[in-house]
Amino acid sequence: MAEFSLPANSIVNTKGQHFPAPEGATNTKRFKIYRFDPDSGENPRVDTFDVDVENCGPMILDAIIKIKSDIDSTLTFRRSCREGICGSCAMNIDGANGLACTTSIADIEGDITIYPLPHQPIIKDLVSDLTNFYAQYASIEPWLKSDTPTPAGKERLQSPEDREKLDGAYECILCACCSTSCPSYWWNPDRYLGPAALLASYRWLVDSRDDATGERLDELEDPFKLYRCHTIMNCAQVCPKGLNPAKAIAETKKMLVKRRL
Amino acid sequence: MAWNDKRPLSPHLQHYKLPLTAYLSIAHRACGVANSAAIVLLVLLIASAAGTPQSYEFMSGIANSWFGKLIFFGFTVTLYYHMANGIRHLFWDVGRGLDLEDAKKSGNACLAGAAALSVITWMVALAS
Repeated sequence: MAEFSLPANSIVNTKGQHFPAPEGATNTKRFKIYRFDPDSGENPRVDTFDVDVENCGPMILDAIIKIKSDIDSTLTFRRSCREGICGSCAMNIDGANGLACTTSIADIEGDITIYPLPHQPIIKDLVSDLTNFYAQYASIEPWLKSDTPTPAGKERLQSPEDREKLDGAYECILCACCSTSCPSYWWNPDRYLGPAALLASYRWLVDSRDDATGERLDELEDPFKLYRCHTIMNCAQVCPKGLNPAKAIAETKKMLVKRRL
Repeated sequence: MAWNDKRPLSPHLQHYKLPLTAYLSIAHRACGVANSAAIVLLVLLIASAAGTPQSYEFMSGIANSWFGKLIFFGFTVTLYYHMANGIRHLFWDVGRGLDLEDAKKSGNACLAGAAALSVITWMVALAS
């Protein structure tokens, strides 16, 4: 049975520290950021930072980097490419998952809440433990399985039509925005593979060069791994690359039905 | 799944701003549960008719009270919504209407359809 409430050690103290804006700041924005310090033994809290956005880059990531360098250097988060391709800075921004580097401060009205990705164990502040998420990705065996020997000196060729089938399936950056936005994944993180792993799985199912389609489908034919998707569509809503895992999952379900006919 | 981790679990349902499609999904399940409960009431009403005239009078008295009517009005709404959304699921099952914009439109159509069918049903029922 799913647990809808937070465990006792996870309940958030909404009254953390407040860091006011510097004197003379004319245009400020209030950021309410989830903090958890593993060394303190205390529950997580929400700290409030008033940021002078006149002297800050346009994106959420710019603001949290500014907070880390100017206000509180202990603020902890992942980031790398700052251009939406590495997937490191995935977090819950204003109640919905997204990449901090591609979400504009100006697009959010009022105070901006920044929480870690939902329903994950928290290591520190905005850094969650994605071990389970990566293990699920590994479990779908995301590599080409072919019965034919590797052609010498050239690629395995594919028709333009077959290549087109991979569009919308191969662009995933594994940021985990989709899986951690999914209520089904919240309630069954240990048994349901989640949208990201299932989209990756579909990417190999439709690849004309892959010969393991049957085995891949066998692995998914399980009450939980695939069928916990109820088309809630949070995944498609939050994907920073505009992908639609729900659609890929529906196509996978169709493939399972088709092979029985 | 009990939480045995020393580390906190990040907020989920408490904090997430669910989109329309998510609310429609949970509404589908809630309506399914409500329908199961309401069917028991319907069975009681029919069973009372198979009993004595007094038992039928008693049950139809409850059903025709303002509270009974309210319950049955709610039942028509949940029934029609569950049916409309069930049809939406059938389209999804054949791979249609899964783009985000289409899913939003079909969701709104289900809400409008459920409301319209409920009102029509009760206009017919109360006029006859």
